Amino acid sequence: MPSNDMRTGRLLAALEKLDTGEIRLMEVCGTHTMSIARSGLKSMLPEKIKLLSGPGCPVCVTPPEVIDAVLELAMEKDVIISTYGDMLRVPGSTPGDSLQRRRAMGAKVQMVYSPVDAVELARENPDKQVVFLGVGFETTAPGTAAAALTAMEQRVENFSLWSMLKTVEPALRALMAMPGFNVDGFICPGHVATIIGERGFRFLAEEYSMPAVIAGFEPEDILLAVYRLARQIADRSPKLENEYRRAVAENGNPLAQNMLRSCLEPRSDRWRGLGLIPDSGLGLAPALAGLDAEKRFGIKYEEKPKPTACRCGDVITGRICPEECPMFGRRCTPEEPVGPCMVSSEGACAAAYKYAVIRD
Amino acid sequence: MDEIITLDYGSGGKKTSRLIEKLIVPALSNPALDALGDGAIIPGADTLAFSTDSFVVDPIFFPGGDIGKLSVCGTVNDLSMCGAVPEYLSCSFIIEEGLALEELERVVDSIRRAAEKAGVQVVTGDTKVVERGRGDRIYINTAGIGFVRYPGLSPKNIKDGDSVIVSGTVGDHGTAVMLARNGMMQGDIRSDCAALNGLCERILSLGAGVRVLRDPTRGGVATTLNEFVEGTALGIELDEDRIPVRPQVRSACDMLGLDPMYIANEGKLLAVVPAENAEAVLAAMRGCVEGRDAAVIGRVSAAYPGKLVMQTAFGGKRILQKLTGAQLPRIC
Repeated sequence: MPSNDMRTGRLLAALEKLDTGEIRLMEVCGTHTMSIARSGLKSMLPEKIKLLSGPGCPVCVTPPEVIDAVLELAMEKDVIISTYGDMLRVPGSTPGDSLQRRRAMGAKVQMVYSPVDAVELARENPDKQVVFLGVGFETTAPGTAAAALTAMEQRVENFSLWSMLKTVEPALRALMAMPGFNVDGFICPGHVATIIGERGFRFLAEEYSMPAVIAGFEPEDILLAVYRLARQIADRSPKLENEYRRAVAENGNPLAQNMLRSCLEPRSDRWRGLGLIPDSGLGLAPALAGLDAEKRFGIKYEEKPKPTACRCGDVITGRICPEECPMFGRRCTPEEPVGPCMVSSEGACAAAYKYAVIRD
Repeated sequence: MDEIITLDYGSGGKKTSRLIEKLIVPALSNPALDALGDGAIIPGADTLAFSTDSFVVDPIFFPGGDIGKLSVCGTVNDLSMCGAVPEYLSCSFIIEEGLALEELERVVDSIRRAAEKAGVQVVTGDTKVVERGRGDRIYINTAGIGFVRYPGLSPKNIKDGDSVIVSGTVGDHGTAVMLARNGMMQGDIRSDCAALNGLCERILSLGAGVRVLRDPTRGGVATTLNEFVEGTALGIELDEDRIPVRPQVRSACDMLGLDPMYIANEGKLLAVVPAENAEAVLAAMRGCVEGRDAAVIGRVSAAYPGKLVMQTAFGGKRILQKLTGAQLPRIC
């Protein structure tokens, strides 16, 4: 569409003129990562602007010790692990060892599209324990909680939820506190913002003087967010802007927030690359305690996980770009991933591999 | 850790290639096999094309087709892409105990109709039944023989400046099967499953110097086009906004996190033709029902040796790799 093309062209030209010097902007959402990659946006931006992927892909931030524990549980005779497709190929601490491999070895692993399907699966298999791996951020947490609540109310007793749900704010705070943290602005996740609202991201500018723009998912949205961040940086006036007003309100979605508060509660959680972060995970509140898979199966995590050569942790904290990892595209490909960023359809490495940028 | 076969090995992507090139071909090597075409070309008084394909789709009935129609069209298309006129098929069934006879009848009837439409005969076959739980309802293998009328089609013929044509909308089959499998809202997304021998005849009889034809099944358009140029001094540039994708397929793919460029098609072909003949080939294709949405989607270029490059609708430029790992399990 010509009008769009013109707007894109004008924004790019304006961006070129802004006096920002070299800047590093981080998108904190896997859907942004994918949209940036698929549109080829990086190939159009001035070279002074670098886009980095943050800890915004829920599969990617799941650490190897958690995957190891999942793989162990998957081998239990009466257990069916149900999960989103992306989790199937994520390797634990041993490269190549994944739910997909365990399934080929006889484990019962069922891909589902929603937690509701997992509850249904439990109903259809009354003689099996169906464990749903709940991954995601504030966006998926309310739906996951709602499905679990249904299972509770309908006494689907062989269903349990292994919560790997996480919240964005504690992770961003941990990220900014890391030594060597080097990011000049955040493109904030539009989907999460629809739940927690603009106010959920105010701390960035107010407490950290960090430029931040909440953005939608079309490449035009992201380009506009990049422009607004660059302008804030050029003007030295960090603030929170909302580019995604068509979906994000100041206070977010109160209904979803209530569901979240009544069914889930903050707890410290493990993140790949960031380690244990206080209050960054969502465990099951007393209302759902009977469905807690970690309790039901006495899940224990290796305290000192085996070191791996995977540098996904450095990728999702913005220390390196995917291409700077020595394994990228060599030992680690979407087919034989060493780390989750190469697996997930929203992973930074998978995006960089599948949709490599070309600059003429 | 011992290497075992996982679903990735059957996805039509890099792992499948490795299995074929490292394990199977070296063990069974001969000139016809080593060419690794859609079918083998066997020289003789009449040059034969010979091809085989197995079908394990789940579910066996889906909007736009079923496993029977698929098993005829798949082999007919493989032969057609070799420039052959398909004539005879074999058809083997591996049936799981418990399949309703009525369903088998429907499948066989569908084979009959597809064969009639494509003008081929099923002349031999086999039936095996396995215990319940040792198969998944029904698997079908077909093999086919055709006579080569238009010899020499090969990616090796591709030249700088050639046009790349797709015969219609991309991603319909895989998306339709995926939605059917999960009992999701289907809308009007249907498999494009169709025999393309008529369309091929139309294209090839023009004498337009067609370089190569191929049907982008598993791995989709992106994987097939990569195969055309990988390891060569030429690349292909695509224009995203010229690639026909049904809006409903695009939104289903967005929802499922899939890319139509990597989704299997069962009634589409890709043709590389000299640019000066592109319009004539396109017009011929559009005269066929199977080619009515045909479009020139890109060109061969020496600027990106060995690479498939996409000019995005947004204005950016990026590389498309071959499919790696299963995007969709068991869609053909």
